[in-house]
Amino acid sequence: MAEPSRRLIAAPVLAFLLLFGACGPSLAQEAPRPVEPVPATAPEPEARKGVFFPESFMLDNGMQVVVVTNQRVPVITHMVWYKVGAADEETGKGGIAHFLEHLMFKATDELKPGEFSRIVARNGGRDNAFTSWDYTAYFQNVAADRLELVMRMEADRMADLRLTDETVLPERDVVLEERRQRTENEPGDKLSELVQASLFVHHPYGTPIIGWANEIAKLTRDDANQFYHTWYAPNNAVLVVAGDVTVDQVRPLAEKYFGPIAPRPVPARIRVEEPPFEAERRVILRDAEVRQPSLRRLYHAPSYNRGETVHAYPLQVLSEIVGGGATSRLYRSLVVEQRLATSAGTGYSPDVFDTSVFGAYVSPNADVDMDKLEAALAEQLAKVVRDGVTAEEVATAKTRLEREAIFARDSLRGPAMSFGVALATGRTVEDVEAWPERIAAVTVEQVNEAARAVLGQANPITGLLLPAPVREAAAQPERTGPAAGPSRSNSSGSNSSGSNSSGTIR
Amino acid sequence: MMRRLSMPAFLSVLLLAVACFASDARAIDIKRVVSPGGIEAWLVQDSKIPLLAIKFAFKGGVETDPAGKEGLANLASTLLDEGAGPHDSQEFQRRLADNSISISFTATMDGFYGGVETLVETQEEAFELARLALTEPRFDQEAVERMRSGVLAQIRREQGDPDFLARRALYETAFPDHPYGRRARGTAESVESIKRDDLRAFVRQRFAKDNLTVAVTGDISPEQLGPVLDRIFGGLPDKAAVKPPADTVPKGAGATVLVPRPLPQTVVLMSQPGVKRNDPDWFPATIVNYVLGGGSFSSRLMEEIREKRGLTYGVYSYLVPFQHAAMVMAGGSTANQNAGTMVDLMKEEWRRMQEQGVTQEELDNAKTYLTGSFPLQFTSSEAVADVLLQVQRDGLGIDYLDRRSDLINAVTLEDVKRVAGRLLDPAALLTVVVGRPEGIEPTRTKDDVPS
Repeated sequence: MAEPSRRLIAAPVLAFLLLFGACGPSLAQEAPRPVEPVPATAPEPEARKGVFFPESFMLDNGMQVVVVTNQRVPVITHMVWYKVGAADEETGKGGIAHFLEHLMFKATDELKPGEFSRIVARNGGRDNAFTSWDYTAYFQNVAADRLELVMRMEADRMADLRLTDETVLPERDVVLEERRQRTENEPGDKLSELVQASLFVHHPYGTPIIGWANEIAKLTRDDANQFYHTWYAPNNAVLVVAGDVTVDQVRPLAEKYFGPIAPRPVPARIRVEEPPFEAERRVILRDAEVRQPSLRRLYHAPSYNRGETVHAYPLQVLSEIVGGGATSRLYRSLVVEQRLATSAGTGYSPDVFDTSVFGAYVSPNADVDMDKLEAALAEQLAKVVRDGVTAEEVATAKTRLEREAIFARDSLRGPAMSFGVALATGRTVEDVEAWPERIAAVTVEQVNEAARAVLGQANPITGLLLPAPVREAAAQPERTGPAAGPSRSNSSGSNSSGSNSSGTIR
Repeated sequence: MMRRLSMPAFLSVLLLAVACFASDARAIDIKRVVSPGGIEAWLVQDSKIPLLAIKFAFKGGVETDPAGKEGLANLASTLLDEGAGPHDSQEFQRRLADNSISISFTATMDGFYGGVETLVETQEEAFELARLALTEPRFDQEAVERMRSGVLAQIRREQGDPDFLARRALYETAFPDHPYGRRARGTAESVESIKRDDLRAFVRQRFAKDNLTVAVTGDISPEQLGPVLDRIFGGLPDKAAVKPPADTVPKGAGATVLVPRPLPQTVVLMSQPGVKRNDPDWFPATIVNYVLGGGSFSSRLMEEIREKRGLTYGVYSYLVPFQHAAMVMAGGSTANQNAGTMVDLMKEEWRRMQEQGVTQEELDNAKTYLTGSFPLQFTSSEAVADVLLQVQRDGLGIDYLDRRSDLINAVTLEDVKRVAGRLLDPAALLTVVVGRPEGIEPTRTKDDVPS
């Protein structure tokens, strides 16, 4: 399903910089879009401040429920979000959150392996799931009269998943194929993984969501069961239903199906803090399959939840001004005026549990020297820190962002995603609804302070994707050893090819 | 069919749901609007959110690019919003961004598509910018060179994309003497050779009232829409000068083309001749495809290759109904050492379906999916307009959404068996493999790096 994402400016950029690792069990590419909050049905949007105008309540067992009514067509999206993701994994068990996501489509006490999806399809619905560092979510898009069916099945697998080696082990091979397809066959994605691992040296955001191939290969049924029993409790989950449905329809069903599942103690999500590093870091991936180089520069940035959170809203305005589209500073300077790049932009999403990332990316014009391009990018970013942005830039960017809220209501999935991400990362329904007001309140001085705090950091990380000389592909022997992690000098994962990859590190 | 659902209550929920299920597409009320100037559009009025989406298409896509100028339609699609009328590129883009208006153009194989999305509060500006983009694009040298650079970068990027390499090899083999065998973005050489005059000629020849289709969704009434249609499209000439290519049949039956690349995973792509959208067997073929590989987790290809054996993350099939040719395609990827096994399994499923058709249960499941999932795509204004536009382009009639479920439900087991037998032929498959596949004997190796 392709919900329009054009208004959610950060989304494509972020998918590129940060969220590449979100993994669904299928080709559906259900990358999470913790984008700027977005809205649904408002009888009189002018009369009330807000975005989606949801209703929410809590079950007795601690499971939170959010309902967003949108009566365009008689369909709904039904989502269950667990407040656990790849960053909550035990060291050495990297990838277990995502692996379990795959295994949730296997048997329960009531359903055969694969039956869940077959029943959804038989009922004219579509289902899938995705995992991020901070959450794991399962969804079904179905006709509105199928709500009870999907809720019943979703509640069933929250309580009664039954794993056997017969289903677990082939699925582990599927995940390894997924990793090959999404990461190892794609140099740009390999670089993203390496840059992320080098930006977060200590914090678990540095481990890919899907895991490293050598660790995935060792994950077991017991690992999956342990993760499931530790984290998949109703009091650690959020139910979001959006579409042609009301809270009066959702509440009795939620009480009937999720209500009886007993709450359990769930571990606190205590994650290590990334220490400050004084060294400049560069990651260079040279790969024979690269014909078009690219460059990205990433900065640690606060989120809504960690660090100098006061900058979270101003940074969204800053990103719009510096890298939001064809009239942004970077595009105008690097693409239009200096003719150094064919594309340029920035990405920032504050919607994470821990600290976030502010990134800028550029793709060079033919035969442009990468050092020159990098210097030009650095100069533009330095100029923002040095001279600040103008009142007019801030006013225009704010207007654009505030209008996002109206476009965001024109969607089923957008609102559900916004609440799921927010609630799974420690924020509230009210935070989502207040987004336009908080953007509107941002001042020029706040934007400039945020720019100094983030872009003014002395040690951003730079990632370079560069071509390597093409070697005789046919002559390369297959190498089947375990994949190398990012700290190896040859860090192309299980890519056994003539590509000559190098990760410069940490 | 739900034998493992042990709890009776569970069963009753399922059965009840199936029993009372009907097509919900009827909820969509489509109005045919003809402007004072004679321009037709289909409209779904929806005032819940103060915005609207206009989608339109001109017949003739990249297939009509002149030989040697491949990539012309694509380059033009990048330039219509890069300066028009009195506004240069930055001014045009600034007006779009400051008013939260999106104007987009895309060249596909068979058509040139455009879209306008705007809030009601900024719609006047949106209509004016759309009019200018279609009727007075400037093609300033600066913008042309900038967009040309961007396209050339995309072409370079694609050269390292195994999925692109697979598609390129497949289309070049299937359509060696037909425009469908060319690349939509063109080659570095052909894109370099495109001049501003070519772009101006493109607009003059391609955009006209007689090859235009329009669909609109959102907060606008039929009375309001009429004048808007004239305002945006009224300045176009009456007749287009597009010469469609001849109908053709894909070639390459039985060939296996290897594109050797130093990758850990082999990308597989297969095709054979298929059915066009106006073929009376379209829905039986749709059901064949759904059961074979179009049904995501529920398909035979996924069951055999992913679920049972863990050989792939994804394997799928789909119908490709171009205007002048049609294909059934299938694809997926697997570790190099399993490539031969995967191709064999795909061909085996092809054969099994050809010989035996589908079971009654598979047919029933396909029908409830295909009818029930249809409304799921109507969840945004743009998506509704996209469906309206495609139904018009395919000539299916304004009542098609009401008839669609009946057409699907009328398909019999015999229809499916006959069509599967006619459609699927493992010996006719053209196979492309990109990577370093083991267990595959290519009939041809294509080891050039595309320019």
